[in-house]
Amino acid sequence: MGTNLNTVTSKPLPVYKKRSQGAEIWRRFRQNRNALLGMGIFFILVSFALFAEIIAPYDPIQQNYEKIMQPPSRQHILGTDELGRDIFSRIVYGARISMTVGLIAVGIAFVAGTALGVICGYYGGVIDNVIMRFVDILMAIPAILLNISIVAALGTGLQNVMIAIGVSNVPRFCRIIRASVMSLRDQEFIEASRAAGATDFFIIIDHIIPNSLAPLIVQATVSVGSSILQCASLSFIGLGIVPPTPEWGAMLSTGRDFLRKAPHLTTFPGLAIMAAVYAANLMGDGLRDALDPKLKR
Amino acid sequence: MSQQEKLLEIKNLTVHYETVDGTVRAVENLNLSVGAGQTLGLVGETGAGKTTTVKTIMRILPVPPSVIKSGEIFFKGEDLLKKTEKEMRSIRGAKISMIFQDPMTSLNPVLTVGEQIMEAIGLHNRVSKRKAIELAEEMLETVGIKGDRLSDYPHQFSGGMKQRVVIAMALACNPQLLIADEPTTALDVTIQAQVLELMQRLKRQYKTSLIMITHDLGIVAEICDYVAIMYAGQIVEYGSLEDIFLHAQHPYTKGLFSCIPDLYSDDKELIPIPGLMPDPSNLPSGCRFHTRCQYSFDRCEIQEPPSVEVSPGHHVKCFFAVPEKGEPQGTPLGRPV
Amino acid sequence: MIRYILRRILMMIPVMLGVTLIVFTMMYITPGDPAQIILGDNATPEAVAKLRAEMGLDDPFLVRYFRFVKDLLRGDLGICYATKQPVFDRLIQTFPNTVKLAAFAVVVSTIMGLSLGIISAAKQYSLFDNIAMLLAMMGNAMPNFWQGLLLMLVFSLWLGWLPASGFSSFKHMILPALTMGTSSAAVLARMTRSSMLEVIRADYISTARAKGQTEFKVIMHHAFRNAMIPVITTIGLQFGRQLGGAVLTESIFAIPGVGKMMVDAIKARNYPVVQGGVLLIALSLSIVNLVVDILYAYIDPRIKSQYK
Repeated sequence: MGTNLNTVTSKPLPVYKKRSQGAEIWRRFRQNRNALLGMGIFFILVSFALFAEIIAPYDPIQQNYEKIMQPPSRQHILGTDELGRDIFSRIVYGARISMTVGLIAVGIAFVAGTALGVICGYYGGVIDNVIMRFVDILMAIPAILLNISIVAALGTGLQNVMIAIGVSNVPRFCRIIRASVMSLRDQEFIEASRAAGATDFFIIIDHIIPNSLAPLIVQATVSVGSSILQCASLSFIGLGIVPPTPEWGAMLSTGRDFLRKAPHLTTFPGLAIMAAVYAANLMGDGLRDALDPKLKR
Repeated sequence: MSQQEKLLEIKNLTVHYETVDGTVRAVENLNLSVGAGQTLGLVGETGAGKTTTVKTIMRILPVPPSVIKSGEIFFKGEDLLKKTEKEMRSIRGAKISMIFQDPMTSLNPVLTVGEQIMEAIGLHNRVSKRKAIELAEEMLETVGIKGDRLSDYPHQFSGGMKQRVVIAMALACNPQLLIADEPTTALDVTIQAQVLELMQRLKRQYKTSLIMITHDLGIVAEICDYVAIMYAGQIVEYGSLEDIFLHAQHPYTKGLFSCIPDLYSDDKELIPIPGLMPDPSNLPSGCRFHTRCQYSFDRCEIQEPPSVEVSPGHHVKCFFAVPEKGEPQGTPLGRPV
Repeated sequence: MIRYILRRILMMIPVMLGVTLIVFTMMYITPGDPAQIILGDNATPEAVAKLRAEMGLDDPFLVRYFRFVKDLLRGDLGICYATKQPVFDRLIQTFPNTVKLAAFAVVVSTIMGLSLGIISAAKQYSLFDNIAMLLAMMGNAMPNFWQGLLLMLVFSLWLGWLPASGFSSFKHMILPALTMGTSSAAVLARMTRSSMLEVIRADYISTARAKGQTEFKVIMHHAFRNAMIPVITTIGLQFGRQLGGAVLTESIFAIPGVGKMMVDAIKARNYPVVQGGVLLIALSLSIVNLVVDILYAYIDPRIKSQYK
C-alpha cells in the first residue's frame, strides 16, 4: 500500500518528522563540544567503576614492600604508593566508590528533596512553612560541617557517608522544585486538569513533576560532581571511607605525608577528583543549555 | 526634497549579522532620507530591520556579530560610517538622540533620573554641576514632570512618566535628529496619545527632525510627513504620507492597510496578510515578499524587482508598480512585460 | 529600612534555635560516653557513673536539650575535654584566625573573580574570554585540599618562597587564602560574566551608548552596578563557603583556627568543641547573609523603597 502510494503521487508527500522532546534535547546537547567532553570523561569513569576488575592491572589492596613509592613506570603507569600498591589500580577502584557515592547520595537528595519540595509548593500554608524552616536550618550549616556532624554521629563508612552527603544536598533540590511547583500550581493546564476531576496525586505525578524536571536534572548532574568532592573531602580528613579501601580523598590524605618525596601520590588522585567534578559541571552546563535554549547565549 | 534640505541621507546601506548559525541579512540596499524638521515614519513588522537601521545610524550595533557591508550615511553632508568612535560619541546624544521602545527598561534602575539626564547634559556641555541640575530640572518641567522629582529612581515613575523622562533625556542637548524606536508600543492607549502629543510639540519647539519607528499606521497618519515601509530588510515602498495612505501600490503596504479595522464600514472584511515574515537568515529568492503575495507570478520568484519611482518622491519595489497616469489606482491589472 | 533589618534579625532566631537542636541531636546520638571519654579508659565504672550523674547525662533528651540552650544563652558551651578550658574560650582564641583567613580569601577571590568576569563579558568570545572561562571551569572543579597541597609543594617545598604551615605573619596567609579563594573566584567569574552579559543587552545600556557615553563608562557606571546585584549574593555565599572550607584548608596548613580545632576535636571525640564550632560558624553564616541582604537593598533602590 505504501509503495503504491509513492508510485502514484508525482510529488512525495511532505514528511513531518515528529521529533520527540528527548531527541531534540539530545540534538542540542550533542552540538555542545564541552558537554560531550564532559560526557566522555564521565563515561570513562563509569566504565572504571563497572569494569574495575578487568581494567585495573593489579589488586588495589595488595601491598608490595619491594616496590614502595615508585615513580610512574611501564609496569605501574601512575607509580606505586607508600605500601607499594599500584596507584592506577587504586584510582580505577576508587572510581567505583566515588561513582557509587555520587549517584546514590544524589539519588537520596533527589527523591527526598523532590518529595518535600512538591509538598511545600503544592500545598503551601503551614506544612510549607514548617518544611521550609527546616530547610533554612540545614542551609545555615555549611555542607562540610553538616557532613562531618552526621558522619560523627553515625560513624564512618560508605553507607553513612552517602546518607550524610545525601541529606546535606536535600535543601537545594527542595528549593528548586518548590519554586517550580509554585509557579506551575496556578497555571491553566493544572486548573483544567483539576476541573476534569484529577486527584492531587495524579496532578503532581503527571503534570507538575514532568514540568519541573529540567532544573532538577541540571542540579542533579552538577550535584553528582559536588557529592564526589564532598566524599573526597570527608575521607581526606579521615571521616569518610577508611583505608585500605581505595578512595581518592583518602589516597590524597595519606599521600600528603610524602608530598616532597613522592608528589605523584597526591597528584593523580587529585586529578581524578578534578576530572570527575569537571565532567559533571560540563555536563550540567550542557544540559542546562539543551533543556532551555532560551538561556543559551 | 532638494539636496541641501536633507539632514540625513542613507545610501545603499547593507548590514548583516554574521553568526555561527549563518548570515542574517538584516538590512539590504537601503536608501532613505530625512529633511530638516521633518518626520519620517519607518513602518514594518517585528524583525523587518527597522531597529537595525536606526542603530546603524547611531553606530551602536554590537560589532560582532553585526557587519556593515556597504553604504553611506550622510548626516549634514558627512558620512557617519567614516567617523571614528570618538567623533561618533560627540554626535550621539548631542546631534542625534534615540528613544528606545520600552521605557521600563531603557532607564537604568540603579541611578536616579536626575543622574541620567545630567549624564546626557554633562557629556556634551561644559557646565557646572549646579547648572546641570538646573538644566535637568528644566527638561523635566518641559516634559510635564515636576522638577523636584530629579532625585527619584525610575521605578518610582509610571510607564508613561518614564517615557517622558526618556524624552527629556534625549532632548537634553537639543539634537537635530531624534530617533524614536516604537516609543509608545509599551504604553497604554491613553498614555500613548499624551506621549505622542508631547513629542509633536517638542519636535516643533526644538525644530528637531524625527525618525519614528512604529508598526502602528494610526501613529504614522498622525505625525509623519514621509513614510517608508520595510519588509525583510528592504524598503518596499517609500513616499509622502499622502502617497502611502492614498496611493499605496505595493501589495505589502496594501496588506497592512487591510489589516486595520475600518470604523465606518461594516462590510469591509479584515484581510490579514497570510504567512509569516521569512527567516532573515534564509530569505526567499527574487522578491522577498513573493511567498506571501497574492499577486506573485513566476518572475517574482526569480528576479528581484527594482525600485520604481511611480510619481515624484514615491518609490515602489514591485513589478506591478506603474506610474500613475489616471489608471485605476493601485490594483495591478496585467502583468508588465 | 531599620524595620526590615529588625525583621531579618528576628527571623534568624528560630533558624539558630533549629541549628542548636540539630547540633545537639547529632552529638546526642553520637556513640561514646562523654564521661568515659573525659575520665579515660582506665576509669572505674563507679567514677564514670558518678560523673554521668554530675553532668546530668542520665536525664531525658529534652531536659538535656533545654539545659544546653540555657547554658548556651549564658555563653556556656561546655568544657573542652582535652584542655579542660571552657569551649567558649577556645573559640575566642581560634575564631579570629578563621575570620581573618576567610575575609582575606573573599577579598582575593572577589578581585580575581570580578575582574576576570568583567573582562570576559566585555570581550565575549575573545581568546581571553575562552581561556578565562576554561580556567574558571577547572578552578571550580579542583578540590581545594588538593590545590592546597600543590601550592604547598610548589611554593614552599620546591621554591621555598612561602611558609608551608603556621599562622604568624601575613606571608602565612597567602597560600591558604589562594587555596580557599580559587574556587570562589571561579564561581564569581562565571557569575559576573553571565550577569554582565545579561545586563549589557538591556535597553538602558543602549540608551547610555546613545547618549554618547564612552564604552568604559557604559560598562563600569551603567552595567556593572546592575550586574553586581546578583553577584553580591554570590559573594556572600562564598563567604559562607570559606568558613566551611576553612575546615580543610586550616588542617592542611596547620592554621590554629576553628576549622582545624574542630577536625582535631572530632578525631579525639571532643564533642563540645565540635558543637561549639558548628554553632559559631552557622551563626557567622547567618550574620553574613543578613549583611548581604542589607547591602543588596542598598545597591538596588527598588528593594530599598519596599521597606521605607
